[in-house]
Amino acid sequence: MALLTPQNKRALMDPLVLNNPIDKQVLGICSALAVTVMVKTAVVMTLAVLFVLSFSNLFVSLLRNHIPGKIRIIVELTIVASLVILVDQILKAFLYDISKQLSVFVGLIITNCIILGRAEAFALQNRPWPSFLDGFGNALGYGLILIFVSTGREILGSGSFFGIQLIPQAFYDMGYQNMGLMVLAPGAFILLGLIIWLQRTIFPYVEE
Amino acid sequence: MEYLSLFIKSVFIENILLAYFLGMCSFLAVSKRVDNSFGLGLAVIFVLTITAPTNWLINHFLLLEGALSWAGLPTVDLSFLRYITFIAVIAAMVQLVEMVLDRHFPALYSALGIFLPLIAVNCAILGTSLFMVEREYTFLETAVFGFGSGTGFFLAIVSMAAIRYKVRYSHIPDGMKGLGIAMIITGLMAMAFMSFSGISL
Repeated sequence: MALLTPQNKRALMDPLVLNNPIDKQVLGICSALAVTVMVKTAVVMTLAVLFVLSFSNLFVSLLRNHIPGKIRIIVELTIVASLVILVDQILKAFLYDISKQLSVFVGLIITNCIILGRAEAFALQNRPWPSFLDGFGNALGYGLILIFVSTGREILGSGSFFGIQLIPQAFYDMGYQNMGLMVLAPGAFILLGLIIWLQRTIFPYVEE
Repeated sequence: MEYLSLFIKSVFIENILLAYFLGMCSFLAVSKRVDNSFGLGLAVIFVLTITAPTNWLINHFLLLEGALSWAGLPTVDLSFLRYITFIAVIAAMVQLVEMVLDRHFPALYSALGIFLPLIAVNCAILGTSLFMVEREYTFLETAVFGFGSGTGFFLAIVSMAAIRYKVRYSHIPDGMKGLGIAMIITGLMAMAFMSFSGISL
């Protein structure tokens, strides 16, 4: 069996742009906005979601014929919560500073709609390997938006990128100021709105 | 007085939705209609007011380090089980609330409809419980905070639905329709709510 049949490739690549979980499916917006003040936290968050989403899809798919329909939400939540506990403990052990910055948002991966959404919409009907790829692709699409938003917010809001100062001190001496709005919540909403506009103009899509 | 101040803070200044982005998914999906938003808002207030104190009790008497000393196990630390316990409590509570409402308040039950079960996976609910742990609130503070967060969510979603109702008649660029303009409006609303900061009673 080929690992990447055209169908599997679509499961992996579609969520990147065309069927992006945030832009198109409107899933997982909460955490996308909350962790994007700095690029670094956004990258760590993406990796965490990548791990949880791929494996939750894999396990849900493996168990799909054994889960009774009526209690499937609880079963899915248990799988996801166990994976998130794993990620949380690893972050606390090896990246304590970032884990402090992400604070409650690591735990909130459990209720991130992307995870349950993909489990319900894809993993429950498909074989394990395509489900794993679907999870991986959706997490990458999610990460892509996170990186875009956080790049914009960090450059405009703090004048830096990945913690490296971009805007030289001379500019500040001449009266340049960081845009405080970008560090706060409204900046994130507006920036994401603009990114969605851009994306839907390049790949035409009209919502009624 | 400090409880009133905490309430004002959790409704306006640190609105769970507009300042911490929690519950965005249901906020965006449901705010297309005012009556649905009203129902969801009420359900969230209801569930938050119950789950936050319940989770506080569980956290303090079962999970925290030394919390099990009443059972003769003073060295046991179960706090790594926090996420899975909290989500189980929330799911169970939602189920319980659903059954009680169905039995005793059928009118309210049918008004809330599908939104009640969906609340189990609303990040605002789990988020409030996790904030309560991180900020080390007391039991009473937790109850006030839970109720305040719910009220903040209710206020935000109902006003958003009202604005979106008006926006339907304006000319918006094609790519901006729907999600795009909703995000911009939410941004402006967040700015308005932020102007409450600095108020302390």
